[in-house]
Amino acid sequence: MEKRVLSGNAAIARGAYESGIGLVSSYPGTPSSEITDNIKMYDEIYSEWATNEKVALEVAIGSSIAGTRSMTCMKHVGLNVASDPLMTLSYTGVNAGIVVVVADDPNMFSSQNEQDSRHYARFAKIPMLEPSDSNEAKHFVKLAVEISEKYSTPVLLRSVTRLSHSMSVVDIGSRENVSRKNLDVNIPKWVMVPANARKRHFFVEDRLKNIQTDYDNDILNLASEELNSKKIGIVTSGIAYQYVKEALPDASLLKLNMVYPLPLGKIKEFSKKVEKLFVVEELDPFIENEVIAYGLNLQRLDRSLMGELSVERVSKLFKNIDFGVLRFPSEYDDIDKDLPQRPPNMCAGCSHRGIFYAINRLKLFASGDIGCYTLGLLPPLSAIHSTVCMGASISMAHGIDKGSNGEYARKSVAVIGDSTFLHTGINGLINSFYNSGTSTVIILDNRITGMTGHQPNPATGLSINGTPAPQINIETLCKGMGIKNVKVVDPFNVEECLDTLKAETAKEELSVVITNRPCIFADRSVISSPYFVIRENCTGCKACVKVGCPAILWDSEKRLAFIDETMCTGCGLCPEVCKFDAINKLGE
Amino acid sequence: MKTDILMVGVGGQGTVLASDILCDVALSAGYDVKKSEIHGMAQRGGSVISHVRIGKKVFSPVIPVGSADILVSFEKMEFLRYFEYINNETILLLNEGKIYPPGAAGGEEKYPDSLIEEKITIFKKYYLLNAFDIADKVFNRKVTSTVMLGKLASVLEIKPDIWKDVISEKVPPKTKGKNIEAFDAGYNT
Repeated sequence: MEKRVLSGNAAIARGAYESGIGLVSSYPGTPSSEITDNIKMYDEIYSEWATNEKVALEVAIGSSIAGTRSMTCMKHVGLNVASDPLMTLSYTGVNAGIVVVVADDPNMFSSQNEQDSRHYARFAKIPMLEPSDSNEAKHFVKLAVEISEKYSTPVLLRSVTRLSHSMSVVDIGSRENVSRKNLDVNIPKWVMVPANARKRHFFVEDRLKNIQTDYDNDILNLASEELNSKKIGIVTSGIAYQYVKEALPDASLLKLNMVYPLPLGKIKEFSKKVEKLFVVEELDPFIENEVIAYGLNLQRLDRSLMGELSVERVSKLFKNIDFGVLRFPSEYDDIDKDLPQRPPNMCAGCSHRGIFYAINRLKLFASGDIGCYTLGLLPPLSAIHSTVCMGASISMAHGIDKGSNGEYARKSVAVIGDSTFLHTGINGLINSFYNSGTSTVIILDNRITGMTGHQPNPATGLSINGTPAPQINIETLCKGMGIKNVKVVDPFNVEECLDTLKAETAKEELSVVITNRPCIFADRSVISSPYFVIRENCTGCKACVKVGCPAILWDSEKRLAFIDETMCTGCGLCPEVCKFDAINKLGE
Repeated sequence: MKTDILMVGVGGQGTVLASDILCDVALSAGYDVKKSEIHGMAQRGGSVISHVRIGKKVFSPVIPVGSADILVSFEKMEFLRYFEYINNETILLLNEGKIYPPGAAGGEEKYPDSLIEEKITIFKKYYLLNAFDIADKVFNRKVTSTVMLGKLASVLEIKPDIWKDVISEKVPPKTKGKNIEAFDAGYNT
């Protein structure tokens, strides 16, 4: 059998291919984005970037009704957006199978919160599978499709950053040939008016019981027992299984491949075979609480609910009960805190930098959003003052306006990217317009979804495959809503940015300011020859250092600025802020 | 054989591709292999770390603290951030080329030259090379990570031919020849 080393995300994509899934609609979000980025390489699957996760799941539901197996992939907070259709999809059930992949981010490597998506499985009363490596990730997509069609339910497949972005060996199989089912015309099943929904609720409760019974009776074959020492028995799942295997090789294990519903009967049987029963899991005590509520004699672990687990953390948890403790030689203390840091930064040549410089200069409060531009919070720009969730910048700016009787609307702006605007920002803008808001909204239209890996979006003009696609014109869109003040600025023209922001924030009317430079990754043609500092002209005033570009360096001995020519993209922002003509383009 | 290799560098240096290549090399040589790294926000000029674990059977994709057998630093100061992973036997492969962090570049913090000199001596075995210079000589900075892979190959028990096959498959076809040259240059340094 062919073997390949694949990331968890690439393996999930491969799993979709092999299990005959025919449609994938997703919105990118770290750590889930590469699943759909990989899906697009399979010609047999129709794939698309949707405008948001709710839309993506609804597209998947439509595909199921049409008879084609579908999948949607999102990060944990994306499932909040998609939770509206998900909760009722539980009631309707499916026609062709539906897999909803959700990737949690323990430790918040690139997220705004650390929510544990397993709660959604219980909330929606649907099954959730949790793989522990790439090979399982691939295989569990197939299982998810089977369970989805067998019980008529959407199935959640949960990943975590450590699985999505880890690589391990995967057995490569071939694609299952499935013929498309017929369009599912069934009004009592699909039209969730109260009279129908009441009946479907019975179906939901019965389905959950059936799945749990079949899980307990090994019909689903989703739990595996590894009996070793009788002293300790551990119930575990997902990536935590790997840590347990390495930290406690002598413990007896019950590995759960499905984490909701739980095979409580099986756990009870397992508990009889060991002296002490524990659950090892990451984030919330989800399995632990269920098992305790069921009445089993389980020893709770005194465990932090924050961050990722690790081999060391698992080992330490069991140190107190003196079991199988591996010693980790940590002879050397971490010296990280004394070192110059490398914080994430907006790239050299980033089209957002100029307007952030203007926001900083005008001391405006910036209601921010989710994207590369969130990094505008970092000094020296320090030009993002709030970030909550996708699209919140515009509605929060409206709240700032209305909550201060217009006072703070004169001193604040909303800052949002094109992809985030089209995701859920647009609803907030309609709200501000309808409710006579007076805030100023900056839309950073760089024509790409940057932070998640440069995926195209409706403002790009390209499809997921890079072929030409219809392109939304954000200026026309805003004008079409009826907004009077819509201005387009060049974000590298600092004077224009300053003047426009001053004028628009002063108005007691809603304003939209759109920046028009593409991301250097969206359009490589914007990169031109680098700039350099003319040493004789540089006075060491540091004005250019204050734009926060990673290509502008400071020679602290000579007290002069200099430019790293290998990093500089020739964007032209720093010569704009230099008052001494000390920055020039190479070759000019 | 069980080998835990920590590869560290700065976003944009090709650390991720290099660790991908190492995984395929290990698989071709008949081992189980797992790798873990964090993308996303850390990508933008930040510190990058890849854990690669090679052995008969690998469980956790993350190297436990104090367990790295080899620390490959693609930049001169980056290895300093990961001391919790090393032990008395850890081998260091260090690119002496520097990429200034924004703090050191802005003048508020100094590049930790003396700390580097002091800490290198902790390693029982260490190999220093200026992979930037070697890469520039062969082609350009873009093959720096391949130079480092060459050096890594010289301390691992996997035949260079396997490495070259995987590199030829993984790098852009146009740069194949230059990458093989860079690999050899690193291997023979």
